[in-house]
Amino acid sequence: MTTLVKSRVSTNVLSILAAAFIGIGIITVAGHVQAATLHDAAHDVRHATGFPCH
Amino acid sequence: MFQKVVTSALIAGFGAGLIAALLQFAFVQPILLHAELFETGALTHFGNGQTQAHVATEIAADLTRDGLSVIFSALTYCGYALILMSLAALAQERGHAFSARTGLIWGICGFIAAQLAPSFGLAPELPGMSAGELEARQIWWYATVILTGAGIWMIAFGRNWTMWGIAIALLAAPHVIGAPSADVLTGPAPPELAAEFASRALTVGLVAWCCLGLFLGALWTNQDKAGAA
Repeated sequence: MTTLVKSRVSTNVLSILAAAFIGIGIITVAGHVQAATLHDAAHDVRHATGFPCH
Repeated sequence: MFQKVVTSALIAGFGAGLIAALLQFAFVQPILLHAELFETGALTHFGNGQTQAHVATEIAADLTRDGLSVIFSALTYCGYALILMSLAALAQERGHAFSARTGLIWGICGFIAAQLAPSFGLAPELPGMSAGELEARQIWWYATVILTGAGIWMIAFGRNWTMWGIAIALLAAPHVIGAPSADVLTGPAPPELAAEFASRALTVGLVAWCCLGLFLGALWTNQDKAGAA
């Protein structure tokens, strides 16, 4: 029983961490990666959201 | 759990991102476009006797550019939503219930960690502003967001002064060390525009983050109800 509860909790924590990891990836791509096309497309949002730009 | 976190985050993030984009177009974009005229040299500050204060309102909207802004605004807030929702779900696993009411507090704390604290060292940049080396600024930005987030978490969930003391040290550290700054100040845009841009960017951010927290909390509890029914 204890093992069952423990494994359910750790599965939950793992799936939560996975979601957070995807979020960090999105913020990095949308806000920080400097590839020219990406930078130009996200330019105005990066400035307006306070990301370091240029 | 994964599906519940992602569903709440994507819907709330998309909504908050749309609100942020609309507010950006109404209040931030005109200043940005105006500043670009100084960045490109179309206008000069102190150069030709007087500088016009109301130019940007006459600039026509660029559909591609604004469309991309909507997409990236939604994307950015979806990213933030995934992180905020994950942290709130983690807190709920530890016995702290998450709802629309607490979601508002989570949203404000997210704003402090991701926008207000970094802006203390790196003010939202108007195009054409001089600034330090990009890579160093990005590293300082990530470090500040992580340390501030950890500090706020420890203030909220810590139970004694040791925890709160460490939290204060984490919150202060990036600013005691200091953000990378420009070696020379050669920005061509008027300071009036830069000041207005910074305060508006921050205020729009606060509104968007409040909406994000509220939406996340409402969607999260809604899914609980749907699951229980």
